Amino acid sequence: MTEGSLITDELRALIGVAWEPAVFKIEEGAIQRYAQAIGDPNPMFNDPEYARMTRHGRLLAPPGFTGWPVREARAKEKLFDTLIKAGGPPRILDAGVEFEFFETIGAGDILTATLSVASITERDTRLGRTMFTAAETTYLNQKGDLVLRSRSTLMQF
Amino acid sequence: MAEQIYYEDVQAGMEITPLAKIATSLMLVKWAGASGDFNPLHYEDDFAKAMGVGAPIVHGALKRAWLGQLMTDWIGEEGRLKKLSCQYRGMDYPRKMKTMEEPHDGETWWCKGKVTGKHVDGGDHLVECEIWVENGKGERTTPGSALVALPSRGAL
Repeated sequence: MTEGSLITDELRALIGVAWEPAVFKIEEGAIQRYAQAIGDPNPMFNDPEYARMTRHGRLLAPPGFTGWPVREARAKEKLFDTLIKAGGPPRILDAGVEFEFFETIGAGDILTATLSVASITERDTRLGRTMFTAAETTYLNQKGDLVLRSRSTLMQF
Repeated sequence: MAEQIYYEDVQAGMEITPLAKIATSLMLVKWAGASGDFNPLHYEDDFAKAMGVGAPIVHGALKRAWLGQLMTDWIGEEGRLKKLSCQYRGMDYPRKMKTMEEPHDGETWWCKGKVTGKHVDGGDHLVECEIWVENGKGERTTPGSALVALPSRGAL
């Protein structure tokens, strides 16, 4: 740990280590509740009868929906906790996300999500000395296809 | 739903059909339940103050989900969203509820975007877009970008 740095040795040790993968199912009702919460009336996310008539044949997950609880949210909570316990600053905010979609995700899919911390950096912001953690999660479906990759950035100050 | 948009219909500078949203405390409760994000930052006054944001704020991921809807509405069922990203730059504060269903008067948010470029890559007809969520003062609190593949009339 360098003088005045927010990045402890415990934090540094998290970088590049993949977490235990999480396996979960994409449920139809969870997709519907998610679309309703956003206020998105798209029948591909709300109406199973309609969706069955389309080439997809099932409800699709709205972009970013990855099962309930949304893995982004669950992994984020665990990551918040891990980063604070490893000595990161106590105030933590979500700074942004980047999704790369490869294959369709829909009702009935079983996904395996694996998170790893890609980098931890720090710089001065209007909030003072601020630490940025970039976490990457890959999602494979039941066929083993890569369906989604997300990169989240968390800031702590 | 709107008519299907094709690659040939779009050019750089074109506006993406805007989408209006009103964040309310009710919507945040629904989002917490639907997403499983139960961070008290989004419903506890004292906790939000201690976290340095003043009052409960709109979930960044909810604003990102709005931007997802902006894009899926625009590209239609034949379009495919390839990339979506956004940064949570500014805090947004939900309207409180006046009745069980009606929020108090206040801010309306707009999801907006414009086409920045397009190109063909292999068989994909790709369109790049700049997107953002704008608050009631016209400030872009959640800027981002998207990459989509649209159907081509040439490929029909």
